[in-house]
Amino acid sequence: MKTKAGRLSKTTKNDLITYAMVIVVYIVMQILVSTGHVSSLIQGLLVPFCTYVIVAVALNLTVGILGELSLGHAGFMCVGAFSSAVFSLAFKDAIPGGLRFFLALLIGAAAAAMVGFLVGIPVLRLRGDYLAIVTLAFGEIIKNIINALYLGVDENGVHFTMKDALSLNMADDGVMLIKGAQGVTGTPNDSSFTIGVVLVLVTLFIVLNFIHSRTGRAVMSIRDNRIAAESIGINVTKYKLIAFTISASLAGVAGVLYAHNLSTLNALPKNFGYNMSIMILVFVVLGGIGNIRGSIIAAVLLTLLPEVLRALSDYRMLIYAIVLIAMMIFNWSPNAIFLRKRLKQRLTTGRKSGKEA
Amino acid sequence: MSFAAHLINGISLGSVYALIALGYTMVYGIAKMLNFAHGDVIMIGGYVVFVTVSGMGLNPLAAIIISMAACTILGVTIERVAYRPLRGASPLAVLITAIGVSYLLQNIALLVFGSDTKAFTNVVALPNLELFDGQLVIKSVTIVTVIVNIIIMVGLTLFVKKTKIGRAMTAVSEDQGAAQLMGINVNGTIAVTFAIGSSLAAIAGVLLCSAYPALTPYTGSMPGIKAFVAAVFGGIGSIPGAFIGGILLGVIENLSKAYISSQLSDAIVFSILIIVLLVKPTGLLGRKIQEKV
Repeated sequence: MKTKAGRLSKTTKNDLITYAMVIVVYIVMQILVSTGHVSSLIQGLLVPFCTYVIVAVALNLTVGILGELSLGHAGFMCVGAFSSAVFSLAFKDAIPGGLRFFLALLIGAAAAAMVGFLVGIPVLRLRGDYLAIVTLAFGEIIKNIINALYLGVDENGVHFTMKDALSLNMADDGVMLIKGAQGVTGTPNDSSFTIGVVLVLVTLFIVLNFIHSRTGRAVMSIRDNRIAAESIGINVTKYKLIAFTISASLAGVAGVLYAHNLSTLNALPKNFGYNMSIMILVFVVLGGIGNIRGSIIAAVLLTLLPEVLRALSDYRMLIYAIVLIAMMIFNWSPNAIFLRKRLKQRLTTGRKSGKEA
Repeated sequence: MSFAAHLINGISLGSVYALIALGYTMVYGIAKMLNFAHGDVIMIGGYVVFVTVSGMGLNPLAAIIISMAACTILGVTIERVAYRPLRGASPLAVLITAIGVSYLLQNIALLVFGSDTKAFTNVVALPNLELFDGQLVIKSVTIVTVIVNIIIMVGLTLFVKKTKIGRAMTAVSEDQGAAQLMGINVNGTIAVTFAIGSSLAAIAGVLLCSAYPALTPYTGSMPGIKAFVAAVFGGIGSIPGAFIGGILLGVIENLSKAYISSQLSDAIVFSILIIVLLVKPTGLLGRKIQEKV
């Protein structure tokens, strides 16, 4: 990337627009919040916005840049959320807030990266729909295991079991950290909109730089033609794993943000099940596969849409579904694309002939 | 004896999965798309029977036929309105549209029937089979489901192999462009596939709700996912594969629920799927696809 002053390359300019967009929205939101123009409903949504933006960008790295369909990103989010929540709860009084959240972030990202790496080794051997279904399976396994997990700490060390609270065999002064299906309760509320936006910017920085790096180009060459990439000496497995692990780790970061926004954390089908993974995929596909800025916009709009339609109560999800189908057909149908092209052509040629005359 | 009972419960569950998986595999094999809305067509089929039997007091057999007709119309309409415009578009776009259709059906059901659980009356009015002086009870629904499954499987195989339209389906699944050059109506063939898949969904819906009599707008969604896993397990696109995959999945799920942990049963089912796919990446009976360079 050449970043000579005044003559920025096209990609740099594009990236800067993306950063600027996030920052402008942040400033506008902050002003609106401080002047009291934002309803409490939207205020409550600010951190979830950041969460969904991060995880959508992370998934876009897998779907758009690596070119593999993952339906298990909610699982990585779940790993990040629970590992960091357990850490924050265990060191609630020992470490001051800011540092604790920073460490929790690192732990969440590292745990999700590790799981992503372990899942990636077998999964990335498969292709297409098979890969999608196996990632879905992994996501469900992660959710299932966390739902059955009991974890506690006492003077003898850490105890864990998959059976029930009693079989933890803890001393009287022990603290329960994960209570099976009841999840983690009492996580400190460390997330805020500002932290969320900073994390969004960090995520963007990592992903955008990754895409433009040598490694990123190698990954994209695998997406475009695996066999050709292999024949020029690109180690397919290695680059696939790198991209997948980074993607999982960023999903973990989103999970950390999510966990520290709630005082009670459960692994429900609603927040960490395949439905959530599908929801994230919808953000990515609607925003444009491989288009990072599109993912951000789609994540915010689609999270906002059901809330804006809340006045319509029962009809809102119905409208959401119809909008989703209509937008997909309008964006992707070969006929619609042809029509749009012809319309555009007519407009531009019309203008040209107007100029000539 | 308890092992046999668990095994039979597993087959009962698995045969329902198999029935749903048959619909999945038909549509995937020919249209090459994951019809995520299949599970919700099942739910609609269940509601139609519920309304006609419990509401209007019709004969169950007539209700099933009405339900099949309704689901067939629904399936063909979905294909015409939502999927056909996207033929030739990226598979991901079609997948997301199918998810949209799934949300749509769930929310329509939610608006029309409400979110409360409807108690479904068992439409299979036959006595249960009792063996060993009542120590082992096989529910009549289980027997009927397995028999229906086998009939449908054999029927579908014959239909695909012997009839003209069945062979057209095979041709379309091999190569849509070449099939069109041979004078096959590709859109029509895919529509017929959806009609068959959806009428199977209606039967699956009735049998699912008879075996597990609680009907909500979300009834179809988890069995739908499990059945899809079953179809992949057996080799997606393969008709006997869907049957074997479904039965195996049901048996594994029930046995792990009984002997290992009821909470972890889903995790175990999915782990076995992963192991199978790692050893045999195209499923148990899937065909190996040679890649052209």
